[in-house]
Amino acid sequence: MTFPSAIRLRHVGKTYANGTVALDDVNLAIAPTEFVSLVGPSGCGKSTVLRLIAGLSPLTTGDVQWGDISRDRLSFVFQDASLMPWATVQDNVRLPLRLAGVPKPKAEAAIANALSMVDLQGYERAYPRQLSGGMKMRVSIARSLVTQPSLMLMDEPFGALDEMTRSRLNSDILHLWETQRWTVVFVTHNIYEAVYLSQRVVVMAARPGRIVADIAIDAPYPRNDAFRTSPLFNDYCRDVAQQLAEASLGMPPLADLRQI
Amino acid sequence: MLLRYFVVALLELQNMCLNRGIRRLKDLPVLRILYDFFSSRLSAMTVPPLSTADSPTRTAPSVKPRGDRLQVLTWLTSSEVIAPVVVGILVLIGWELAVRLTNTPPYLLPGPSLVFTTLIQDWHQLFPSLMVTLRITTIAFIAAALSGLLIAVVFAQSKWIERSLFPYAVILQTTPIVAIAPLIIIWFRNNTIMALVVCAWIIALFPIISNTTLGLKSADHNLVNLFKLYNASRWQTLIYLRLPSALPYFLGGLRISGGLALIGAVVAEFVAGTGGQRSGIAYQILMSSYNLQIPRMFAALILTTGLGVAIFVTLTLLSDLLLRHWHESAMTQES
Repeated sequence: MTFPSAIRLRHVGKTYANGTVALDDVNLAIAPTEFVSLVGPSGCGKSTVLRLIAGLSPLTTGDVQWGDISRDRLSFVFQDASLMPWATVQDNVRLPLRLAGVPKPKAEAAIANALSMVDLQGYERAYPRQLSGGMKMRVSIARSLVTQPSLMLMDEPFGALDEMTRSRLNSDILHLWETQRWTVVFVTHNIYEAVYLSQRVVVMAARPGRIVADIAIDAPYPRNDAFRTSPLFNDYCRDVAQQLAEASLGMPPLADLRQI
Repeated sequence: MLLRYFVVALLELQNMCLNRGIRRLKDLPVLRILYDFFSSRLSAMTVPPLSTADSPTRTAPSVKPRGDRLQVLTWLTSSEVIAPVVVGILVLIGWELAVRLTNTPPYLLPGPSLVFTTLIQDWHQLFPSLMVTLRITTIAFIAAALSGLLIAVVFAQSKWIERSLFPYAVILQTTPIVAIAPLIIIWFRNNTIMALVVCAWIIALFPIISNTTLGLKSADHNLVNLFKLYNASRWQTLIYLRLPSALPYFLGGLRISGGLALIGAVVAEFVAGTGGQRSGIAYQILMSSYNLQIPRMFAALILTTGLGVAIFVTLTLLSDLLLRHWHESAMTQES
């Protein structure tokens, strides 16, 4: 059987040991080189979807099928930069290569390349504490792309940054996506970010976590600031916001919130 | 007149140090490391952080050259140093005056001047004793650091190992050393020094185990996931993630244990001393009190306290040196 998806979740469910249903019957197919965003209220399990794809947490029901991309060409970017504070920028970026036992000359070239892609040449020997939040995030992205991944899982990577830095990194990540041809699953709670970046925005609802809408963002790339201010962009944002509002309507009364 | 006395005493002390003790002290590797560290710390302090703006403009870190000597001078004249020194001098003067005015006999409370002269007179006996205690403390401390680290690594490998053994580490800690010291001294009756080392080691071990175990377990959760994602082996996770994460905790444990090793050595020396076995500075304290040589007892006490402070300062500097690039505790007040 030919398999058009890079990755496919079928009837995926996740129940935690305390009985909380994090995800219920999630079906999602992602095509190779597609940029898909997951948006939803907190507690809707959007991060859990990423963790299940990455294999960081076991599935309760259903399965995750992999297409023609290899599982070890996967990278994960966390909400905070999660750098090792005791290591320099280049040693942080080196980490995946060191763990994989990549020989030094090859590693050095890959590190230099990754740092130049996120525009951080000259900071090789700096320590994380000397960098701003945005620069730390760039290091984190460099670390994730040093292995030349084909699948990028990003868990609210810019959630903790200020608006200026966020929009700048959004443009950068889009540019990298266009040149590197990754498949990206991008979790965010920011509607504008999701619409700006993605080919598809998947809206999720909470309790139990499930997919309620799948909206294709039919706008050409490269996208730039003109797109951000276009009526088309606004229409899509309103669309996604409406779906999110409907998803939140079904929220349980306050008494049930204690379970979270 | 009193002040003059002090100055003369101090000068004499300095001369004596130069003549014998300190020259040997200088050869200790610990002090050489300290010296190297001091020079490197001063240069590290003058490196400002890189540009904190997000824009990736390349600003080369500019190094402001500043005289090391000038910095030391500024430090010495800061209120941080002057205030406690002034308080110390006032207390000493008050003490001396009180002793003289009330005609208190020296076997009840000697004045500081008498203590100082005794310290100088008996230096040739007290200082070698101090070195014996320092040796016991150092060996016990290093043994505790290494074994504590090793035990913590074993504990961190499995919850079951930790659950089974940790209570015994606690028991080892809570057993009063005074009570078991005689037993240990009997076991090692042919080797008093070894017995004293074992006592000091028992006291110093626990803070290192508990701190390091905590540190090994408190690695950043996302980083743990990242290591899992990249199929890191247990060994790789230990070397590249858990041990570095535990370093600040381990060093915190060392700072507590350094003082405890000295206390352990002193307590054990007391116990051994009552059994008639000669050893270090605590034996001198014990004998002085038996012979009512109270000024000498005070002098030995000053040396012991000084050693404790020196150990603490050394370990604090070591901690700052190892953590200066990354840990909050070692940062100077920038940003």
